Amino acid sequence: MKKTVFFGALTVAGLAAGAAAAATLDDVKERGKLNCGVSTGLVGFAYPDDAGEWKGFDVGVCRAVAAAVLGDPSAVEFVPTTGKTRFTALASGEIDMLARNTTWTFTRDVDLKFEFVGVNYYDGQGFLVPKELGVSSAKELDGATVCIQTGTTTELNLADYFRVNNISYEPVPIETNAEAQQQYLAGACDVFTTDASGLAATRAAFEDPSAHVVLPEIVSKEPLGPLVRHGDNAWGDIVRWSLNALIVAEELGVTSANIDEMLGGTNNPEINRLLGTEGTLGEMLGLEADWAVKALKAGGNYAELFETNIGENTPIGLARGLNAQWTDGGLLYTPPFR
Amino acid sequence: MTIASDPQRESFQLSQLIYDTRYRSMTIQVVALMGFMLFFGWLISNTLTNLNALGKPIDFGFFSEPAGYDINQRLLDYTSQDTHLRAALIGILNTLLIAVMGCALATVLGVLIGVLRLSSNWLISNLMSIYVEMFRNVPVLLWIALIMAVLIEGLPAPRAFRGEDPAATMSFFDTIAVTNRGVYIPEPLFSRSLGDVHFLGAGSLRFDVSLDLMLILAVLFAGLFGARLVKRNADQIQEATGDRPTTWYYTLGLIFGPLLIVLIALGFHLGYPELKGFNFQGGTHMRNSLIALWLALSLYTAAFIAEIVRAGIMSVAKGQSEAASALGLRPGRTMRLVILPQAMRVIIPPMISNYLNLTKNSSLAIAVGYMDVTGTLGGITMNQTGRELECVLLLMLCYLAISLTVSAVMNAYNNKVKLVER
Repeated sequence: MKKTVFFGALTVAGLAAGAAAAATLDDVKERGKLNCGVSTGLVGFAYPDDAGEWKGFDVGVCRAVAAAVLGDPSAVEFVPTTGKTRFTALASGEIDMLARNTTWTFTRDVDLKFEFVGVNYYDGQGFLVPKELGVSSAKELDGATVCIQTGTTTELNLADYFRVNNISYEPVPIETNAEAQQQYLAGACDVFTTDASGLAATRAAFEDPSAHVVLPEIVSKEPLGPLVRHGDNAWGDIVRWSLNALIVAEELGVTSANIDEMLGGTNNPEINRLLGTEGTLGEMLGLEADWAVKALKAGGNYAELFETNIGENTPIGLARGLNAQWTDGGLLYTPPFR
Repeated sequence: MTIASDPQRESFQLSQLIYDTRYRSMTIQVVALMGFMLFFGWLISNTLTNLNALGKPIDFGFFSEPAGYDINQRLLDYTSQDTHLRAALIGILNTLLIAVMGCALATVLGVLIGVLRLSSNWLISNLMSIYVEMFRNVPVLLWIALIMAVLIEGLPAPRAFRGEDPAATMSFFDTIAVTNRGVYIPEPLFSRSLGDVHFLGAGSLRFDVSLDLMLILAVLFAGLFGARLVKRNADQIQEATGDRPTTWYYTLGLIFGPLLIVLIALGFHLGYPELKGFNFQGGTHMRNSLIALWLALSLYTAAFIAEIVRAGIMSVAKGQSEAASALGLRPGRTMRLVILPQAMRVIIPPMISNYLNLTKNSSLAIAVGYMDVTGTLGGITMNQTGRELECVLLLMLCYLAISLTVSAVMNAYNNKVKLVER
């Protein structure tokens, strides 16, 4: 008798639990704030400035989405996540999207049930070493002690690279970028490895950046991009096309400076569709007609975000490289706004 | 005429379940148990349904996949091509290592500090009070982080040992290298080694047993057993005649004589660390993370153990030590032969929970990147495979098994020393 009741209850509870479907857009609108997962602090990509305000390239993507959805680029609750906590935070619904230089991989997309909406930075894993070691190639690193951020793809790439090249190393697993910096600068590890953009950002924060070099070897492909949960395609579309809007705006020459002028109407129909003066793209996404205008006004187009946060005129000094528009020989290529 | 009044026949009514005190407590218990089971059933089914809805049903298949990451400190051989199961095993061994090392050092320190805190020397007893209060009242995570930071920032990097006029030199006649990557100590080597025995083929749980180590342990235990026989013999003579024969050279000879012969036969020598390339090579590398975790856990737990020891000693009536002094025992012997054996009965039970605490606190290893089972199974494996629930459940099972084993061993010991009641 007791067993029957027990199993009966199991079934009822099971049925009740299944009915929790997700509509992230409604949640965000109701909350009036976008919960965006970012890194715990990586200069140039996501870091709180002196006034405690979040700045950076990844932060820019969060702000653009918040502006597109809510009309206010400051309506973002930034949730700092580590390499280990980020996926749990996203899967559990603690954050609506994750913009934390996260590599798009097969397993994360398919097995972990996430939806990568695009790539905002094409990266690769590199090695940072002090100049005084006199190392010029990663293949000379036999026996070296390597600091790695744990819970990342870098860990796996590193193991593969050293195994394939038949060289030994001593891994020192580290939780956050700040701890890695401390250990690296104190000489507790010879090498610090992570995505090359992260290395440049880390080096920029050093007292004497010129005493350290990034080795020429790039040992992996790391397409970094924002991601959302699997299953809510409407929300995924919003984040995807917000990112695409930033990229296509650069291609079309729309900047935060000339956008008001262009709103008056241009003779390029794609610009008009992007800015909502023609067609109903915003409505199709379930947003206002001027969603892209707000997203672009939040921090400018892709080029502006790049140049103000990580470009060659910043301390981080990254060149566009692979991250140039396809028209300039890079990999940035958005589907048409039609 | 007698009226036989039959006792009224019991008729059971449902209301008795609540109003009859004979049944009431039973009713409440059954209802509570059912409610409890329903609640857990709901939790479990809810979890399973939601996991299925997410497309992540419970699945332990990932255990046989290659782990893909490296582990720096490993007690068994391991490469990144080994399975997640083996990575978990390496982690468990690292947890056990830190637990055993921590419990041993914490006990030694704790007993010492507990006894010294009762010292009549004002300075010593107050210093010990300060120690206890300082370590007991600061979270152990902070101690771990502090010791790690001191080790990293305070000690020289290996490259400081290089060059004609190095900034740092090795200690103890060039045998020990203390660096900010850890301490390199000489390792025992055998030039005529007997080799290893290999178990379980190429499976994930394979392990080697060193025949050298087995032989040395066997000889050592035989020596200890012999020494015990000598002691028993001496005890008998002492009881019979009142004189205790001098036995220490027999004991020493029995323990160390055969050991020395075996070591020479195996060609025992020490391998010293040497700076080669980026790091010291050779010797045994005790990593910073191990040292920081070990010291912090031991120092922290020792503060609690010291208090337990103090309480145990103070629970022995003062008359006992006075009687011992009256018999002419010196203070050291009084402590060892009279006070401590009686104090043990009070000390052991709370010690068990401190050992368990230390073992569980070792999961803070992740703060310094020590690859214990939380770092491998509950850290990298969980993160790379995305099997949170499975990994956390297994992790809980691991700690449960370790804790229950510690508990069982300590309870067995407690049964041995506890007051025999007649």
